[in-house]
Amino acid sequence: MTTALEIRSLRKQFGDVHAVAGLDLAVATGECFGLLGPNGAGKTTTIEICEGLLEPDSGEVEVLGMRWATNERELRQKLGIALQETQLAEKLTVLETVMLFRSFYAQGRPANEVIGLVQLEEKAGARVGTLSGGQKQRLALACALVGDPKLLFLDEPTTGLDPQSRRQLWDLIERFKEEGRTVVLTTHYMDEAERLCERVAIVDHGKVIALDTPAALISSLGGDQVITFTLEEPQAELSYDDLRAIEGVTGVRRETASYELTAKELRKTVPAVLSFLEKRGAKLAELRTHSATLEDVFVNLTGRHLRDA
Amino acid sequence: MRDSLKQLVLTRFREFVREPEALFWTLAFPILLTVGLGIAFRNKPVEIVHVAVVGRPVTAGVVLTSLRASKALAVDSLEPDAAALALRTGRIALVVKAEPDGSVTYEFDDTRPDARSARFLADDAIQRGAGRRDRIAIEETQVRERGSRYIDFVVPGLLGMGLMGNGIWGIGFSIVDARRKRLLKRLMATPMSRTEYLGSFVVSRLVLLVFEVLVLVGFSAVAFGVPVRGSLLQLGLICGLGAFAFGSLGLLIAARPRTIEGASGLMNLTMMPMWILSGVFFSAENFPKVIQPIVQALPLTAVNNALRANMLRGDGLSVIGPEILVIAAWGVVCFVLALKLFRWR
Repeated sequence: MTTALEIRSLRKQFGDVHAVAGLDLAVATGECFGLLGPNGAGKTTTIEICEGLLEPDSGEVEVLGMRWATNERELRQKLGIALQETQLAEKLTVLETVMLFRSFYAQGRPANEVIGLVQLEEKAGARVGTLSGGQKQRLALACALVGDPKLLFLDEPTTGLDPQSRRQLWDLIERFKEEGRTVVLTTHYMDEAERLCERVAIVDHGKVIALDTPAALISSLGGDQVITFTLEEPQAELSYDDLRAIEGVTGVRRETASYELTAKELRKTVPAVLSFLEKRGAKLAELRTHSATLEDVFVNLTGRHLRDA
Repeated sequence: MRDSLKQLVLTRFREFVREPEALFWTLAFPILLTVGLGIAFRNKPVEIVHVAVVGRPVTAGVVLTSLRASKALAVDSLEPDAAALALRTGRIALVVKAEPDGSVTYEFDDTRPDARSARFLADDAIQRGAGRRDRIAIEETQVRERGSRYIDFVVPGLLGMGLMGNGIWGIGFSIVDARRKRLLKRLMATPMSRTEYLGSFVVSRLVLLVFEVLVLVGFSAVAFGVPVRGSLLQLGLICGLGAFAFGSLGLLIAARPRTIEGASGLMNLTMMPMWILSGVFFSAENFPKVIQPIVQALPLTAVNNALRANMLRGDGLSVIGPEILVIAAWGVVCFVLALKLFRWR
């Protein structure tokens, strides 16, 4: 396994804020790697240091076996980058924009081919200013792909898009992956990370707090099912130990008004929970179950949700 | 030309041509301004002065006949009250009173230039009518020199002002806008050469410059007969160098700001003193001696002086050498500073 990107004890401070506080990562060639974390976790700072757009305060970054200080020219030729919120020139057409970006690279794909790849053929002659949000993101992706990159950096590629546009973009990224290229993306959507990434690093306060495949991260919860229930009289306290003792329960968390239990098999654990509550004389207001997600992993690790962290 | 530079220059042109407002301010506005000023300050043909004669028919008749012999006067015979009213309201410039003893009295406002000339014209006509002859023979040659009218003065000034405005606005706004939209950062993430990026602004400025200069100089020559007496090649050199100086100034202004508001404040701060001091609409020599060293060191003063010397007096490089040096120095210093200070991300 060769390494496409390696980061060692990376640090970056803005004023008093430690945006990146000692971060280590290694991304294998051909892998789609996700940095998952809430806004302000340091994902963008990290990825922009990897892209050579920011200088780290300390630490080492090796991209495709090269360093920014010595191989900037070569690296620029080999990377595809989509920044968070770039506004491309509104007066240019889609084709003109892609041709402009193509002209910067010594080798690459023809502009028309890339436009076809991101399904913007019909909009090739349209001004960038007239595109929808999703179309603009696909154009940004086309500009990142036109240099035929070995490594693609995507910073929040689907933030602010409607569900259909997000799914369209996911398909495109998956197709790029199938060609055996490396993708590093940041996101605060756990479903995006689960769907696209072979491995995910959960980032919080500038540090990696967990790193594994999505499946392994979820199974680290001890069970891949989550039972959430609320009582009619929320003041009635249930003890952590009592809940933990219920058959099949692998984890317990208390939210403000509800309890969250992780379990392996709902079939056994749900009836056990119900009979436990009945014995206690606690009246159930609501009970829901769902398959565990990376969101639950994040909540379990930090006690906060991705969205409002 | 490398494909990347070609694409960047094309981008500059596309952005310019697809912005109708930019086209208007760059090409149409200077012409409208020239037309407006040309009409307002045109040299008027010799005007006919209106005068009135009052008095009894017998005595007034002689005076009337004499006055009507002058082509420069329009003469009316009025009742005293009507004549007084016409004089007060400025409809006539002079009242000639024919007295019973054959003498005349002139009534006029001696602070009005047309009234003063009416008095001399009327007096000359009356005295000639009464038989006065010139003692000395005179001959007249009319000289209406192109190049000494206000329009001749103002067109080079407008040209210089256009070079300044288009250089500073055209380059400054595009760059600050690209930085604000993070487009600059996105471009920095590609292998694009920074020199080519800035070079694309220089190339597109120089090409647009040809149109700006041709349109304004050509129009003024055709519509108002404004001369270009110097070498066209040298005129091109002055304009090119001026565009470079103001383009560099625009680059320097745009080197740091992240917002359009910040940049436009800096631009106005830079251009305002030059609009006033650099002799666009009136001669820069009118300012007090104390501030002349500053006035003369401004790039727009140098450009305007050089343009006027070339167009109106036909002076060559030997005469405008100092101005050329001032312009070039501004260009080089601003360009180097801009590169040093430029915020690429």
